[in-house]
Amino acid sequence: MGEKVGQQSVSFSQPPVITSSAAIVGPEEGAGPLAQYFDWVIDDPLFGEKSWEKAECKMLEESGKLALKKINLQTQDADLFLAGDLLNQIVSANYSARGLEIPFFGLFGACSTFVEAMLLASMLVDGGFARCVLLASSSHHLTAERQFRFPVEQGVQRPATGQWTATASGALVVEAQGDGPRIVCGTIGKVVDMGITDMNNMGAAMAPAAADTLLTHFEDTGTNPDSYDLIVTGDLGKVGQKLLIELLKKRGCDPGDKLRDCGLMFYDTEKQDIHAGGSGCGCSAAVFSGYFYSELKEQRYKNILLMATGALMSPITCQQGESIPAIAHAVVVSS
Amino acid sequence: MVAVKGNIEQQQEQESQREEYRLLVESVKPQHNVLKNCVMAFLVGGTICVIGQLFLDFFISQGMGEREAAAVTAGTMVFLGAFLTGIGVYDQIGKIGGAGSIIPITGFANSIVAPAMEFKREGFLFGVGAKLFTVAGPVLVYGIITSCLVGIIYYLLQ
Repeated sequence: MGEKVGQQSVSFSQPPVITSSAAIVGPEEGAGPLAQYFDWVIDDPLFGEKSWEKAECKMLEESGKLALKKINLQTQDADLFLAGDLLNQIVSANYSARGLEIPFFGLFGACSTFVEAMLLASMLVDGGFARCVLLASSSHHLTAERQFRFPVEQGVQRPATGQWTATASGALVVEAQGDGPRIVCGTIGKVVDMGITDMNNMGAAMAPAAADTLLTHFEDTGTNPDSYDLIVTGDLGKVGQKLLIELLKKRGCDPGDKLRDCGLMFYDTEKQDIHAGGSGCGCSAAVFSGYFYSELKEQRYKNILLMATGALMSPITCQQGESIPAIAHAVVVSS
Repeated sequence: MVAVKGNIEQQQEQESQREEYRLLVESVKPQHNVLKNCVMAFLVGGTICVIGQLFLDFFISQGMGEREAAAVTAGTMVFLGAFLTGIGVYDQIGKIGGAGSIIPITGFANSIVAPAMEFKREGFLFGVGAKLFTVAGPVLVYGIITSCLVGIIYYLLQ
């Protein structure tokens, strides 16, 4: 049985195995440098559906099915489906669970949802409550834009600190036994709010939560940046990453060259017009399920710390002048 | 009393931490190139106005009175703005032009057609009908209020 470690961390006695993964990405993401690692690049943001919401839902469901299919599992073989997305009432997750017919927990942690799901799946598997968990999260540029910002055809300039919500979905199968990288331990984040009110600067809102979780993780587990091949953040972007480094240094922790950001790896930041970097639940989901999963499997990385951050506001709270609370969850995945 | 004092101190410390962080964010944030933005806004906005002027001159040369020609020109520019929005070009112009493409009447057309296209799938009543003026609404409300106020002041001064 796993146990609680330190203030906020958990470690698993029988580290759950990620036996399969799948990633589906949109056209902009398919034009990025990691394209070859994704199972499916869709050319049409509508994915053959009538609305962008339906397209996102289909993307999420298909990535889940694909992850199971790769290891010859049927949907009924999964004990649990954990999923979430960015839309109101997490509709993409709910509607894809309707199609999959697997017992389901819907999750919302904004862009941290994927790691939240990995943590919960590991705890459920190591705790003996499930043998096989399917987890997934997604985001869609066009569904997020209309919910959080402006209509797509509106001629507005995005500020340089703004981020590009990724059209992507990633899914993993986490099992008690099998072959694949293992989830060794993790740290559950606290909600941190440093008073940022600018919805176009999510990186700044999320960086303090990332620093908090990361430092707590090091303290709880007695590790430091050198203990990992890489420390991968979800979608801090250029601004958030700089701020995280500053915040860590202030607290006497130098991450050196270990930091990577899924939002920055997903795109060619020079050529693609994505401003401060990619974001969204699908960002860390697809980059981990596509790129990092295969690199871990090939033993090119021994152990990485994956930490996804989420900004937990809604347009309404922001219009009411509330600041943006943020959270970061971390897991350690070892090959 | 001690607890209350502790709370106030805690709040003050939190405030100073937030202020410190705000300054850090400001120092890290990429800065806008104000000059470049102004020049691009001038060029794009200017081009739109020149096109409008050409139409105006054309309509006048065809024998229209100045007032009629102005109305027809506005209509033509609204049509162009809506058309370019419909074929997905106006948002690209907006990306370069900024305020230069938002302020002219073509930008107004864009701000109505963009939500109309966006919310078509939610139906004509609660989609297009309800959301049509999400962006243009504030402009209309405060534009109309201001023009009323200016009208009253003008009337009183006469």
